[in-house]
Amino acid sequence: MNDPISMTLAEARDALKTRKLSSTELTAALVRSVEQSRSLNAFVTETPDRAMAMAAASDGRLAKGEGGALEGLPLAIKDLFCTKGVKTTAGSRILGNFVPPYESTVTQNLWSAGAVMLGKTNMDEFAMGSSNETSAAGPVFNPWRATNSNANLVPGGSSGGSAAAVAGDLCLAAIGTDTGGSIRQPAAVTGTVGIKPTYGRCSRFGIVAFASSLDQAGPMTKTVRDAAIMLGSMASVDPRDSTSVDVPVPDYEKLLEGGIRGLRIGIPKEYRIDGVPADIGGLWDKGAAWLKAQGAEIVEVSLPHTKYALPTYYIVAPAEASSNLARYDGVRFGHRTSASIHDITELYEKSRAEGFGAEVQRRILIGTYVLSAGYYDAYYARAQKLRTLIKRDFDKAFERCDVLLTPATPGPAFGVGEKTSDPVSMYLNDVFTVTVNLAGLPGLSVPAGLTESGLPLGLQLIGKAFDEGTVLRAGLAIEQAADFRHKPANWWRSA
Amino acid sequence: MSAPASKSMPSKLIKGQTGDWEVVIGLEVHAQVLSKSKLFSGASTEFGAEPNSQVSFVDAGMPGMLPVINEKCVEQAVRTGLGLKAKINLSSVFDRKNYFYPDLPQGYQISQYKNPIVGEGEVTIDLKDGESRLVGIERLHLEQDAGKSLHDQHPDNSYVDLNRSGIALMEIVTKPDMRSSEEAAAFLRKLRAIVRYLGTCDGNMDEGSMRADVNVSVRKPNGPLGTRCEIKNVNSMRFIAQAVEYEARRQIEIIEGGGSIRQETRLYDSRQGETRSMRSKEEAHDYRYFPDPDLLPLELDAAWVAEIEKSLPELPDEKKSRFMRLGLSAYDASVLVAERDLADYYEELAKGVDAKAAANWLNNEILGRLNRDGLSIAQAPVGAAANNAIVAMISDKTISGKIAKDLLDIVWSEGGDPRAIVEARGLRQVTDTGAIDAAIEAVIAANPEKVEEVKAKPKLAAWFVGQVMKQTGGKANPAAVNAALKLRLNLPDEG
Repeated sequence: MNDPISMTLAEARDALKTRKLSSTELTAALVRSVEQSRSLNAFVTETPDRAMAMAAASDGRLAKGEGGALEGLPLAIKDLFCTKGVKTTAGSRILGNFVPPYESTVTQNLWSAGAVMLGKTNMDEFAMGSSNETSAAGPVFNPWRATNSNANLVPGGSSGGSAAAVAGDLCLAAIGTDTGGSIRQPAAVTGTVGIKPTYGRCSRFGIVAFASSLDQAGPMTKTVRDAAIMLGSMASVDPRDSTSVDVPVPDYEKLLEGGIRGLRIGIPKEYRIDGVPADIGGLWDKGAAWLKAQGAEIVEVSLPHTKYALPTYYIVAPAEASSNLARYDGVRFGHRTSASIHDITELYEKSRAEGFGAEVQRRILIGTYVLSAGYYDAYYARAQKLRTLIKRDFDKAFERCDVLLTPATPGPAFGVGEKTSDPVSMYLNDVFTVTVNLAGLPGLSVPAGLTESGLPLGLQLIGKAFDEGTVLRAGLAIEQAADFRHKPANWWRSA
Repeated sequence: MSAPASKSMPSKLIKGQTGDWEVVIGLEVHAQVLSKSKLFSGASTEFGAEPNSQVSFVDAGMPGMLPVINEKCVEQAVRTGLGLKAKINLSSVFDRKNYFYPDLPQGYQISQYKNPIVGEGEVTIDLKDGESRLVGIERLHLEQDAGKSLHDQHPDNSYVDLNRSGIALMEIVTKPDMRSSEEAAAFLRKLRAIVRYLGTCDGNMDEGSMRADVNVSVRKPNGPLGTRCEIKNVNSMRFIAQAVEYEARRQIEIIEGGGSIRQETRLYDSRQGETRSMRSKEEAHDYRYFPDPDLLPLELDAAWVAEIEKSLPELPDEKKSRFMRLGLSAYDASVLVAERDLADYYEELAKGVDAKAAANWLNNEILGRLNRDGLSIAQAPVGAAANNAIVAMISDKTISGKIAKDLLDIVWSEGGDPRAIVEARGLRQVTDTGAIDAAIEAVIAANPEKVEEVKAKPKLAAWFVGQVMKQTGGKANPAAVNAALKLRLNLPDEG
């Protein structure tokens, strides 16, 4: 048998079921892998004792022929999910040593399915960032490096720790959240699979909120099949989240079968934008050709309001964030200034100035500004109108096709520190992904090839609301055609 | 329909140095919804619990917690709207009102801003002279209450009690339709009666379950509306009258002194009996309202609203009209319907007896004794059924009015069945002419000189009546005594 840490989730699941491998062995190997990989800074909290206890319990159930869909499978959890009794920081100083007395619905669903928790993964502060460099716990390094280079690259963000953990075999699979691309962009630049499901597919209860109308949890995995398995356990309607939707959760793994013959693939012409490297366009064409070769029909479609998506996103998301982050005030939990203060305003100002990093402060300022009296109509109200138009673009496009194919990111992983001084160029990372959040649709990033310098690139598939099944099936077709078997060189592991 | 009401009543004018002034008043009433749990959480709403013992994670603004609307509170708001004869908006929206305060854990209050659940309606107010007048309702919306800051628990620190945090309030906004403090108080009394009839708010101002902000401006009669000031913290009927009187005088003095009114929020100080500036319009908070992305728009089913409408009890105005049709004066009827308990008591008391006689008995005898003993109608030691029996015995002449009062005193202090007491103690009115005649003869025999006097001055017959009543222990039927005396003394039938 291969080293268990490099197994896919599906392979490990089958090995556990047939008792070729125990969860205790598997979990021990991954706990060790996490320990050996601390140089990546992928985890902010490791929970090896809990992992081993959960694995032992799983082995007990497996021995009796019982167990859920994820029985005994070790996972990594983005530190945005509240985990009962385990520190949850959202990558921020302001949450400090916050230990939630409750469990998020998505993680509870995973534990109910038998999954094992390895720990909490690093992330951009409050999920704001595209490089995992805004984290209070410091940057995460991408396991991938360019050919013949020792330069550290970012793993993307905000779910950078989860992406690095999957890419580096620190876990079998991970979960992330995606507000403007925070699952798909890091997946694309780490050669992993990530899906942001339809808004409302997974409960937001217990996920530290960034932008409530855009946030959605999703899996980050080694393969499309693994993503299908994970999503089936994560998704649920939840009476504690009014925006979760009561649509039955299908067997996504089963929906992978059947091929894509006759599937209509839309190519949105507005996604051919200036300044995107040639390999991206080339890969996109290649992807379309692969799907066509498997019997799909390629149609050109138009999403005319695409160019307004980024500005719209950077009004809506900060507006909601400015309000969502008001509760971090130093009064009830999290960081409170230890400086001497004279009144409550000073307590707020100092606690928040010390607790929030620069990017979070920037977005709170933007959000506060666009909601202010006299600016609301010019910014927030117009952004909402544009959001409706962007949604309508997709509705129209889906009259002519079943799934859209686009690039996932405008480029491969970039160097640590390369874009930190230029927020706008950082924001441009989300150019292909934010539209999907604004429209509330499912989007999948799947590895499709390497750049000339040997760095992974992904393609994105966008589906109709609650049609994750078709998105995953088309993703599987890309995965099979691309036959992406590259692994990062193992440079980071300590003995 | 209720008693005719008019909008063109002459207003109560205030004399100033430059002539008459009219005060214009609008109210914003916060009424706590009667509901076991809070607007967006399952925590209890009971009054008087230990601080912070009724706080869910949602109420405390913990990370990742989400509000879920309490259907009971929505139903109560709709009931109230229907009771105010108002338009029910089948689609309404919850917004966030953002501001920082230690007793506001989320950093925003969930309220309804542009699209409230209830639109325009009206309330008929009853004035002292028996006149009625319409006050327009602008809107009613649902919102969360905040917690309470406690400044008297520690020498240096303030504490926060979040028991109130998240409790559902209805904010009921009137049009500027009131023209005197009496009208404002009458409105509040009527509103209180309506919500108590509906069972949607207990109207308890002492416990803060009904609070009012008062908007006051002054103008020359029929002139354009003046600049208004909002007076906060007015939490009793008496204070409303005082605050309005003070504020109107203050504004008149400023204008007559050549100044102008600044739009501002003022605080009523009940100890000093004055209003003080809190903040001007320029210093007003920018609440950055925007639709709460955690909650979907509130969509109501028209059939559900119709069901609620069908279940409404008879409200004070309808009850008052019905009582007036039974023969009560407008004044008596409006006194009786002010409290549902009182009206119910009256209805049982009046069963099968003369409505007016029952009302008089209630007003003169029962309310008088309750007032003397400091009891409410619900605490009355003699039930409505027993009083019904007493009134019935008066009207069928079983007992005299005088004996009835004695009988009530007996039942009041000793309890027991009035009819049984009448029998046991021989309180029946004597209508037996033989017994009356015997008593008359005895009185004549003892007072021969009076017989001559009464023949000369027939008005003195009253003296004989009194003596005969005395002789019979008050049990003689006064009408029978009168008739027998006339016959015996040969008196004329005077007009």
